[in-house]
Amino acid sequence: MPEARFWRENQARYNMIGHKCGKCQKVYFPPRDMCPKCRRASMGKMEKIQLTGKGSVVSHTTVHEGLPEFQMQIPYTMAIIELEEGARITGQIVDCNGECVKIGSEVETVFRKLGEEGKSGIIHYGYKFKLIE
Amino acid sequence: MMDKVGIVSYGGYVPHYRIEAGAIGAVWGIDGTARGKSLGIIRKSVPSPDEDVITISVEAARKAMRCCNTDPEDIGAVYVGSESHPYAVKPSATIVAEAIGAAPRMTAADLEFACKAGTAGIQICMGLVASDMIKYGMAIGADTSQGAPGDALEYSASAGGAAFLIGKKNLMAEINTTLSFTTDTPDFWRREGQLYPRHGGRFTGTPAYFKHINSCAQMLFEKMGTKPEDYAHAIFHQPNGKFPLRVGKAMGFSDGQLEHGLLTPVIGNTYSGAVPLALTNVLDHSEPGDRIFVISYGSGAGSDGFDITVTNRIKKLRKKGWKPLSEMVNDYQLLDYATYAKFRGKIRMGGIA
Repeated sequence: MPEARFWRENQARYNMIGHKCGKCQKVYFPPRDMCPKCRRASMGKMEKIQLTGKGSVVSHTTVHEGLPEFQMQIPYTMAIIELEEGARITGQIVDCNGECVKIGSEVETVFRKLGEEGKSGIIHYGYKFKLIE
Repeated sequence: MMDKVGIVSYGGYVPHYRIEAGAIGAVWGIDGTARGKSLGIIRKSVPSPDEDVITISVEAARKAMRCCNTDPEDIGAVYVGSESHPYAVKPSATIVAEAIGAAPRMTAADLEFACKAGTAGIQICMGLVASDMIKYGMAIGADTSQGAPGDALEYSASAGGAAFLIGKKNLMAEINTTLSFTTDTPDFWRREGQLYPRHGGRFTGTPAYFKHINSCAQMLFEKMGTKPEDYAHAIFHQPNGKFPLRVGKAMGFSDGQLEHGLLTPVIGNTYSGAVPLALTNVLDHSEPGDRIFVISYGSGAGSDGFDITVTNRIKKLRKKGWKPLSEMVNDYQLLDYATYAKFRGKIRMGGIA
């Protein structure tokens, strides 16, 4: 059921809640139950961390042949973002054409629609990014 | 004596995209710039395909929360007023509450009263706060309003919203009083399942907008024993750029008093977001001690009036994460009509269920 699958991740997706390994201090987003580096030693030591949602662009691309559910937004820009806390995530950069985005550009999260289960299904919300002027 | 209730913090949001009246008229074979001039509208805001009332409400509410030290878990109620809620059944307010960290020990609901559902939310929060049922309430007015292609509404129907954190402590503006004037007037409506609203043309003027705004304003002047010159700013609902100026000047308000409370010429009519956004812009331009006269209007029909006094605390608010609404109003990208039609879902697509 997509409703339950997305619902379980809403808190992290809405509010940028990650996990920090209590042993090596590495930050993960989305949250992980176990640190892949410390493995068993991290069990029970993963702590919730509120991320700032700010970071910088590591790499980016502009999509011209996108997924059907993104048809209305083509061309759109996707980027790998390194958050201030160190975690790297993939996200869409909104309200700009691809030419505005540069490696190193500073970004922050915005709350947007991520997709929907057709016209009558659940709408999914979460983070995307916009450039900080 | 009962503590005063008022605004603890506020935030507004306007989407990045705009379309000019001329670009709309060009498609329908008329001089859109002249039509826009007759309506007092130069351009209007357009939501991106991934924006709706919920995303706008979250952005506005987060902006309000960034400017104050209030713990989101102290918010006891979230109300989202709109006539374009994304779901017919499933509240926008629960998603907004979750996204600002207010859930789960609180109440939430969606409101609808055409263009005045946002100010209705402020009144409900005021009542709950005044009666000590809740510590803080978040009242939001937001819309991604609909105008049928080619209709006069297409020049004005736009998107945006504003949020107000209502409480008793740390007020940056005291709400001295609020009152309403309400009748059954069928000037504008949208039936269940219909994509676009219908309206009564000229019937939306004298017996609807002007009657309710004038009656509510008169009640407010009488209750407070005030005159137009007692206020630094006045805000009236703004379905176009001309009605609020006409009604305000007829009451005796000057251009200067009306200036900051009029956004429709550059962002269009944001419906439930219109008066709330105008109030955020006025608060952005206010000084401690300024008194603000506010009258909203919602078709169907009714007006809510507010008498507000700005406190010294507005200076503190501006030091903490505050960004004026004008940054969003003045930073925009123009669309052509084809892209606007695509963004607003006016093009019938194949292949997507």
